[in-house]
Formats: sequence, structure tokens, C-alpha cells
Amino acid sequence: MYKAETDHARASEAFNSDESYVNWHDETLWFVRQKRDKAAFQIPEWEVLRDTASRIKHYVLSHMHELLVEFEKKALANGVQVHWAADASEHNRIVGEIIQKHKVTRMVKSKSMLTEECHLNEYLTGLGIEVVDTDLGERIVQLREEPPSHIVLPAIHLKKKDIGDLFHKHLGTEAGATDPQYLTEAARQHLREKFVTRRVALTGVNFAVAETGGFMVCTNEGNADMGAHLADVHIACMGFEKLIPQAEHLGVFLRLLARSATGQPITTYSSYFQSPRPGQEMHIVIVDNGRSTQLGRPDFRNSLKCIRCGACMNTCPVYRRSGGHSYHNAVAGPIGSILAPNLDMTKNADLPFASTLCGSCSNVCPVKIDIHDQLYKWRQVLAKGGYVPATKTMGIKTMAAVLSQPRFYQWSGKLGRTVMRALPGVTNNSLNPWYKQREMPDPPKESFRDWYIRNRGGK
Amino acid sequence: MSSRDNILNKIKAAQPDPTELPSAPQNPIRYDDPVGKFSEMINLNGGVAELANNWQDIRVRLDTTFNEFSNRATTIPFLADWADFSLNVEDPHELELINVAVIEGAFGVAENGAIWVSEKHVSHRVLPFITQYLGIVIRRNEIVNTMHEAMERVNISESGWGCFIAGPSKTADIEQSLVIGAHGARGLSVYLLNDH
Ligand code: SF4
Repeated sequence: MYKAETDHARASEAFNSDESYVNWHDETLWFVRQKRDKAAFQIPEWEVLRDTASRIKHYVLSHMHELLVEFEKKALANGVQVHWAADASEHNRIVGEIIQKHKVTRMVKSKSMLTEECHLNEYLTGLGIEVVDTDLGERIVQLREEPPSHIVLPAIHLKKKDIGDLFHKHLGTEAGATDPQYLTEAARQHLREKFVTRRVALTGVNFAVAETGGFMVCTNEGNADMGAHLADVHIACMGFEKLIPQAEHLGVFLRLLARSATGQPITTYSSYFQSPRPGQEMHIVIVDNGRSTQLGRPDFRNSLKCIRCGACMNTCPVYRRSGGHSYHNAVAGPIGSILAPNLDMTKNADLPFASTLCGSCSNVCPVKIDIHDQLYKWRQVLAKGGYVPATKTMGIKTMAAVLSQPRFYQWSGKLGRTVMRALPGVTNNSLNPWYKQREMPDPPKESFRDWYIRNRGGK
Repeated sequence: MSSRDNILNKIKAAQPDPTELPSAPQNPIRYDDPVGKFSEMINLNGGVAELANNWQDIRVRLDTTFNEFSNRATTIPFLADWADFSLNVEDPHELELINVAVIEGAFGVAENGAIWVSEKHVSHRVLPFITQYLGIVIRRNEIVNTMHEAMERVNISESGWGCFIAGPSKTADIEQSLVIGAHGARGLSVYLLNDH
């Protein structure tokens, strides 16, 4: 019954094979998480902002139909062409047709996780259209012929030596050069040439404003603006959940996005497009691709509030030590693990299990998505539907039985600790994929509860 | 049925019961010295903020900072004879040659150093990005506290496009090392004009 082609735990073995990478990845992302905390602490009303953002997004979910109709009307009035795509292939076809209509065979593209989700690059390449990703991290992974491993930091799984070797091969930088300044300069020169010669630019959308028909694109590098303002044709692709009701709500979301993502107070560029410049053609492609199904799942619809900041990945102990590619989905990490089963339960049944359910993701999420609760709920849905291998189903059943009975939980913990001390191999064996490449810590002699009772006299 | 109607029908059937739109956060942070906070944030973002007493003062600073540069462009009438590059071009690709562009910003935001620049302030949308170095002049009495106040002032329908610019172009995509000068401007100088 279990048909997942790739299993997260198995897929993470490749990443785990070089411990120095794993440690660096782990520490670096934790550092980004700490920068997020520092940035959040500067804003006394941070928690109110998160709550407001979450409720604005809830309003959006509950008025999606009306807001989309309003957005379309305004965008059309602004001279923007609006397209609707039911799924990935329709999205790709629409984009391909726009490009072919202009008899263009080369284009630039700034970051868009939606186009990753739809595998647009492969499709366009098949039509003979060359796509150049212009975000530095995305260009790096594109030259390596692999997907991004993080939605905000696409090349976070690589070290500067890997990038030096890659640029030596593709951009002609000096052999052995690893200085980030030098390598970035080489990419700047390489991509400037693309910006000034390509006539079609595709961008993602961070926020689309129903009230104005405009949309905002946020970058630090300036690549979305370089592409869009030089091109004759600007295509912006968005999942329909990118909508927000009014322009004033940009204030709320821009305060949260970059602080949550990297700890910056705001991205360098937050570009608000309303209408094409004279002589330019502007298109918006609004994509469903399973989102309306997710909207109809009461337990999982909150995942559509996501603003793709990446904070849940940076804080996730499993993501940090397994790397983005082990999630075999365009969006990795905790949020990817609740979006992916909606797209394909068979292929992605393993992902909700790639979590310790520690809840750190839900604590940092700027739109307060109950991420870890949804992961837990997906496990049950997938197990009931028979998508989960027997070893994991057993685990869930035992876990559910244990957690539903506090007395049993105390006893079983004691038993567990005894078994682990006597026979470490029982948990640290090949049947338990979580302990591959991991040393099991020595189990504590007494549980926290026992310690607490002893030291506090049971009060 | 078209994909549009199909998608909209599916959404209508799937969306939850309507909830209320929340009001904006009450009493967001206010700074005792918004200009000081704004300058601090510009510097944190990798730019350089300077106080200038009048236009002549800005002119002197531009001459000092950019005296070696040719291909200088500006949209500010007072600086017209400082520039040697005409923005009177049809095709924005010609702007590739610009080394430094100086423009005006509408207002700045103290909490993050963002400056609102719209189509009103630039003759070509690509100008602040394609130039190698960017200078923005902003009036000291035009600094607001937060993005909430900022969005009250943005009316995108007045111009087809606008952008919050908060620093020079940057990236950390190579081992998280910060590098200034990715695809946009390699440097941002902000001149805070005392307009009295
Ligand atoms: S789920 Fe929340 S924390 Fe994770 S990327 Fe989305 S908005 Fe950010």
C-alpha cells in the first residue's frame, strides 16, 4: 500500500553523509532563527501583529470568492491581463503561450515557489524556451540542475567551495576562488547581460491587493525589478491565496515578512505593481492547483495563510538536520509537509512524519498557522487512508494509546528508559529511521516528572 | 465551463463561514527621534544616511562622494546641471550606462529605513535598480514611524508603480555571507534634507 517513491528519512541520508555540512546547516539556520527573535523583540506589538495577520488571512479564506472577483475586476481596469489556471499544466500552458505569442525564446525569472511547484522551467525548456533564474541562490541551484532546498535561502545546502567550483565551470571564475564578494560580482555581471537582453520577465507575487488590483513583489537583490521594468512583457504568477483585502494590510504583512524570514526589518525592495508601464504588457496568472481542495479541508485550510517566510524551516530541528531536498517537494520543511499531502497523498505520505511535533514552527509562524497540529492531523488522515507503512501505523497507534492515558504514559516512559539503558539497540536500530546517523543520547535515569515530584514533594 | 468559473465555484463551495476583518493594531510603536531611528536603520541595511541643511549642501556632498563618476543622472531640477546623462531616452535599456542616479523619495519609515519611491519620482521605473549607485533625497519632516502610517500615505492609483527601497541591493546566498551589490544599486546614499 505504501507507495511513496522517496521517503524523507531515507532521502535525508544523502544530506547526512557529510556531518560538517549538516552541522553548518543546523547552526546557520538556527542563527537565522535567532536573528528573527531579535528583530521581533524590537516591536512591542509583535504578538498583536501576528494575531492581526492571522485574522486578516482568515477573513481572506472566508471571502476568497468575492475578493478574487474584486481583484480581477480592478486588475483588468488597470490594463493587466488576468488568466486562471486550474492546475500546474494549465498554468504552464498559459505562460508558454504568452511567451510564444511574442516569438521569444529566452526569458528571465525571479523567485516564484509556485513555478517550482508547477515545474515550469522543465515545461518551457521543452518548448525550446531558455529560462534564466535571476535570484542568486536560484541561479546557483539551476546551474547545478537541482531544485532550491529552502524557499527563502535556495542554496543553503551548499558551501562556498561548491559554488566556487560551479562558477568556475559555468561563469569562468578563477579555479579555487571562494570569496563570496568575488563570486557574487561574477554572477552580477553574468545576470546583467541577461536582464538587458531578455524581453519577457516572470515574477512571483508576495501579496495581491483585492482593493487596488495591484500586487507586491519583495526581494533583497532587486532582480524582480530589474527583470520586470526592462521587459516588454511581465508575467506575474500567484496561487490564489496570496490575496489580501486592502492596501493598508500591506503594512501589517510587510512588518512581519522580512523580520520572520531573515531578521531584517524589511526586504531591500518591496515593489508594488499596479499597471504596466506605457508600451508594456502585464499578465497575472491566478493558480488553483489543489488550493481549493485544501480550502475545503477544515483541518488544513489554515495552511493557505502561509506568506512563505521560511521561519518554520529555520527553527525546525528536523529540517535543520535533514536539509530541504529530503522533503522531495517544492516547499520543504514543516509547512511543505502540510501542503504536500494535499497535492498527492501517496507520494507525500511520509512528510507529516518528518517532525518531532515540538511546536517550534507554530510558535514562530507570523500568521499563526497551527503547523504542528496539522502535521499530527495529517498523520491520522494518512494512516486511516492506508497511505502509511505498517511500521509507522504501529507507532501512531501506540502513541495514541499512550497519550490518551496519563497513567500509562508515566509507566511506559519508565519502562522505555529502562529498556533503553539495558538495550540501546532496540531504539537505535535500522528499523527506526530516525536514528540513522544519530547517536541516541543516554536516557535520563529519572523522568522530569519523577524529578519534579522528588524535589517539590509532589506539590 | 471556463477554468475561471470552475475555480471560483470550487472556492465558493469550499470557503469557511465569513469572519470579520480585524482592525489595525492599536498604538503601534512611536519613536522619540524618528529621523535618528530612520538613519540608524538605513545604516543597518547597508546604506549611508547623512543630514543635509539645504540643496547646496547636498550638491557639495554629491560632488565629494561621486566626483570620479561620469554618467550621472538625476530627476531633481536643482541638480540638473550636476548630471551629465540625460534621462530623455525612449528605451530603458539605455540606462544601463548610468553610474549614479539621484532621485527624490516621498517619505521614509523610521522602523525599517524604507523609502517610498514611485513613478512620480523617476522617469523610468528601472532607474533606481539599474544605476550602479543610488542617491535619494528625502525631507526630514517626511519620516513616519511605522508601515501602518506609510500605507496610509501610499496611493498606488496615482502612479502605476511604486517601491519601498530600504538600502542597497544585497544577497547572502553564498554561505550566508552578506554581499552588497547583487543586481540593483551597489550603494545607497540618503540625504535627509532640512527643508526650512
Ligand atoms: S507556515 Fe508560517 S512560518 Fe512557515 S513559511 Fe509559512 S508563514 Fe512562514
